[in-house]
Amino acid sequence: MMQHLIVLPVVLPLVVGLILLRSRHGAMRTHRTVGVAATALLVVVAMLMLARAAGGEVTYYALGGWQPPFGIVLVLDRLSALMIMVTSLLALGCVIFACAGDDERGSNFHGLFQLQLMGINGAFLTGDLFNLFVFFEVLLLASYALLIHGGGKSRIQSAVHYVVLNLVGSSLFLISVGVLYGATGTLNMADMAVRLTELPAERAGLVTAGGLMLLVVFGLKAAILPLYFWLPRAYAAAPAPVAALFAIMTKVGIYAILRVYTLIFGEQAGVLEALERPWVWWLSLATMVVAGIGVLAARDLRLMVAYLVVVSVGTLLAGIGMGSPEAVSALLFYLVHSTLITGALFLLAEMIGLQRGKAGTRLVKGRPLRDGRLLAGLFFVGAIAVAGLPPLSGAIGKALLMDAAAPWQQPWLWPILLGTGLATLVALSRAGSTLFWRSHDGEPSGEALSRSRWLGVGGLLAASPLLVALAGPVSDYTRATADQLADPDVLVRAVLSDAGESP
Amino acid sequence: MESLYAITTGVLTACGLYLTLRGRTFPVVVGLTLLSYAVNLFLFSMGGLTTGGAAIIDGQSHFADPLPQALVLTAIVIGFAMTAFVVILAMRARSELGNDHVDGRKREEPHR
Repeated sequence: MMQHLIVLPVVLPLVVGLILLRSRHGAMRTHRTVGVAATALLVVVAMLMLARAAGGEVTYYALGGWQPPFGIVLVLDRLSALMIMVTSLLALGCVIFACAGDDERGSNFHGLFQLQLMGINGAFLTGDLFNLFVFFEVLLLASYALLIHGGGKSRIQSAVHYVVLNLVGSSLFLISVGVLYGATGTLNMADMAVRLTELPAERAGLVTAGGLMLLVVFGLKAAILPLYFWLPRAYAAAPAPVAALFAIMTKVGIYAILRVYTLIFGEQAGVLEALERPWVWWLSLATMVVAGIGVLAARDLRLMVAYLVVVSVGTLLAGIGMGSPEAVSALLFYLVHSTLITGALFLLAEMIGLQRGKAGTRLVKGRPLRDGRLLAGLFFVGAIAVAGLPPLSGAIGKALLMDAAAPWQQPWLWPILLGTGLATLVALSRAGSTLFWRSHDGEPSGEALSRSRWLGVGGLLAASPLLVALAGPVSDYTRATADQLADPDVLVRAVLSDAGESP
Repeated sequence: MESLYAITTGVLTACGLYLTLRGRTFPVVVGLTLLSYAVNLFLFSMGGLTTGGAAIIDGQSHFADPLPQALVLTAIVIGFAMTAFVVILAMRARSELGNDHVDGRKREEPHR
């Protein structure tokens, strides 16, 4: 069983998802139990993978027994294990939250949710560029269906934009994969890294074009500045558990940038080394500025959280733009924090909206909330964490990131990072005081919130104090991950030697 | 053959891109279809163009790269599924929003 561990995060959601889709007229209760149990099992699998990868050994799984570089491989290293851990934790919170009733508004919620998890996990594990495209399509197709779950005008409309943009992005992905294959003759990422060392000089231009086109594709998924316009509307319109799960989708783009450019375009690539870095660095700073303005301008809590996702994307990409192992380590720490907290904020916004009746999540005077105090307390914790104030985890992530900046980068990064933090703080405190204090007189009404909603949100928000308490081990792990990424030879040797395990 | 192939791919891409940038969902869907045709053609040619070669290496020097053929098959299947989905989505948008503009409203209407 242990030798098949690497493929489990893909196979488990696939099998469960298919079973759930097959029995779509079954009792809702069974669906919920199966969905939650499968996601909880995924957390266990992720823990086992994390334990296995923590030692620094890179292992791979050759699908169908075809040895790399000819077959498709799934590669497990520290980064993949960390990303799968974050995904499964976030998914568990979301699926528990969805059991309170969001899953009944449309059909097949739990089945689609599992397929979405399969796509995300596959994208984190694969070691093959074309296979990465396939898993991107799997997660996108599931996300298209989940985005319009429950229907409604705004969802359909933002889904049209989202689907069309991503289809164009997929075309671009295929073109760039084609260019890279034509120039190097391989699709295996580790093999491609080796082939780039002996690349004929006249093909360098071709590889540059392919590499930068890939950056456009990943930038579209990650929602970097000129390509983020689809995000706020789509995320604000999506059903809350789906929007919360989508918090990891932008990180898939960031993971892909990190993986492709540290592995393929690492220092062995000669003139092509780190060709993405100047683009990512300047665009990430601009993303932060624009998203900070978006946070201030948002007149709806869900839209504001969607812009907070863009802020976190900008912050993370700045880490990639700096490129040093310290910066990568800091960005991974911040990634864990921001994914779980923005996910929790989407869920929290839904709960607040449910209790305010017609006013919903719009930032206007509304009815007093039935569970106002508790919700305000959770909102306070979430706001502190996401704005990056001590004592919660956002502050540690930002401090690590600012500490990692080189002297010439500091005058750019520090004011922008702290400025967006301030903008976030201002916007969130204004939102909080409108939502919880400036209400009409009268009796609070609105429906009671079921226990699973509190459990989902509370669990995700608890990640922030937990990350502070465990900051030492977590940052040790991210530091080790960054060192492993900085030395791609380990991965290349592990994948291209014949000593791998095949089923 | 190479130039004819390249020109075909280029014209398809240009038409697809132009149609994708249109304001109504039907031209956009057609544009996405053309774009995916162009991408499939491009993928098919990425291992180099060969005429009359088998896709198996059997000791002879004249063979066609089999990998792009496998990839293009995958890309066609995925592209087809996505097109089917986007057609249904466009029809849903037409019925729910009352018009077929990608922004959900005609340009003449004042902004909200």
